[in-house]
Amino acid sequence: MTAMVDIRSVHKNFGSLEVLRGIDLEVSTGEVAVVLGPSGSGKSTLLRTINHLEKVDSGWISVAGSLVGYRRRNDKLYELRERDILKQRTRIGFVFQNFNLFPHLTVLENIIEAPVSALRRPRKQAVESAERLLARVGLEDKASAYPRQLSGGQQQRVAIARALALEPELLLFDEPTSALDPELVGEVLDVIKDLADQGTTMIVVTHEIGFAREVADTVVFMDEGRIVEQGTPTEVLDHPRHERTKAFLSKVL
Amino acid sequence: MSLTSDPPTKEAPERAAPEDYSALKVVPVRNPWRWVAVAATAVLVAQFAHGLITNPGWEWEVFADFFATETILKAVWITLQLTFYGTALGFALGIVLAFMRLSRSPFLKSVAFTYIWAFRSIPLIVQLLFWFNLTYLYKKLDFGIPFGPGFFSFDTAGLVGAMSAAVLGLALHQAAYAAEIVRGGVLAVDTGQLEAAAALGIPRLRQLRRIVLPQAMRSILPNAANEVISLFKGTSIVSVMAIGELFYQTQVIYGRNGRVVPLLMVATVWYIILTTLLSIAQYYVERHFSRGATR
Ligand SMILES: Nc1ncnc2c1ncn2[C@@H]1O[C@H](COP(=O)(O)OP(=O)(O)OP(=O)(O)O)[C@@H](O)[C@H]1O
Ligand SMILES: [Mg+2]
Repeated sequence: MTAMVDIRSVHKNFGSLEVLRGIDLEVSTGEVAVVLGPSGSGKSTLLRTINHLEKVDSGWISVAGSLVGYRRRNDKLYELRERDILKQRTRIGFVFQNFNLFPHLTVLENIIEAPVSALRRPRKQAVESAERLLARVGLEDKASAYPRQLSGGQQQRVAIARALALEPELLLFDEPTSALDPELVGEVLDVIKDLADQGTTMIVVTHEIGFAREVADTVVFMDEGRIVEQGTPTEVLDHPRHERTKAFLSKVL
Repeated sequence: MSLTSDPPTKEAPERAAPEDYSALKVVPVRNPWRWVAVAATAVLVAQFAHGLITNPGWEWEVFADFFATETILKAVWITLQLTFYGTALGFALGIVLAFMRLSRSPFLKSVAFTYIWAFRSIPLIVQLLFWFNLTYLYKKLDFGIPFGPGFFSFDTAGLVGAMSAAVLGLALHQAAYAAEIVRGGVLAVDTGQLEAAAALGIPRLRQLRRIVLPQAMRSILPNAANEVISLFKGTSIVSVMAIGELFYQTQVIYGRNGRVVPLLMVATVWYIILTTLLSIAQYYVERHFSRGATR
């Protein structure tokens, strides 16, 4: 299998705070990586560097063979202009903890906005594929609703459909169920599981250990800006080798 | 009976069978003092209305004679033009200034900041008189390469007539306030919105036009409407430049015939009517931009 995501010795500081201290991670095409770790360990920051919402201070990241945020010519790396960064991002879907749906647009408009404006798809075609996506997340009857008229779980499913509308090669989820009431978590996880079953490459930051066990090919445990250990769910969740992983798991399980 | 001083009951009192309240008569709260206030206010309002109608000093027949004369209608039209151009140019420049202040370039930021600082500091009337006397400062305006040769030029005397000087002054003044209103509105939009738009790869201009501005409009509009209405009434200030707008013309007429009060009423009623129309327009525009805001 080829590497969809290749992260090499990535460092990131916010002022004097070292948030990422040398991250190396490879995610293959079709693989589902679940990232666990205590609050403040840098999980969101790592995810955000992958689609260049945060710039790395050193190291590099490539997605589907192209360097994120830079272009290589001879032995120099040229920073990409914003236009090209935006174009790169259309290949990477991002789902936020608090949905970030556009409240003044209907569900359908939310979904077709990026395909129409960023990929220049004809509107009619975008609408048709939006309707298919809505059916896929079980919300075919909500196309003309506004986000505030939906429950949290429904909003997050729309956000997933919105990310899928770009037909991305990689999906990033930052705690997609943390803002939801417990009874709504399942419906969102089911959609993500479905995507995993169809071979979508994704990196999911979550606190849902059960979900990690069921869906992950790889579980990555992060602490203080480093990857402490990674492996199959059985290895990391059932037989953790590091003290910090054990301590974390004993708290959340 | 107060909740704090009651000793806690040892045993829960026996629960009586639930009563049926539906048969009982409901007695609403009575507010005798409210009725006193209403009566007193009603008397005052009635007295004022009575005065308006019966006091011959208002000279309503003079009011009626002048209210819709051609001079006054023309003057209303000029007032509307001043308001329209002042608002349109002012907000256009204001939006540019707002995004300059929000940009990452320290140079653009400080230019916009200085502009806003300067134009908020200079009283409008002083600024208007400056523009009116532009001829005295710059005899000619050249259009061409900056600091280089000019392609065509105007005599300022011809270009900056009284009316253009007034529009220019009002617009430049308005731009400083509009810039701050727009900037405030943009800052009020949740940063998650821009992040989501950026993550979806939506082009930068489209992000502003489609995602940020419509949401910013909700907080911009009430303030903008205030500005338009105050500019509308503020146009009366250009009467110092002898421009035939509403207030100037009423002054001219009562200067000739001495009927000060009824002519002031002519101006007042026109200002009220047009402000009312603006407020109605505001209601519909705000309703348009509140899509999705409520359940
Ligand atoms: N824009 C920023 N500026 C300064 N510090 C930041 C910024 N973003 C994150 N941080 C800091 O970086 C550290 C890691 O943050 P991050 O959000 O990546 O953690 P996390 O693992 O996602 O935590 P959580 O589980 O709470 O979401 C935290 O200490 C946070 O305060
Ligand atoms: Mg986080």
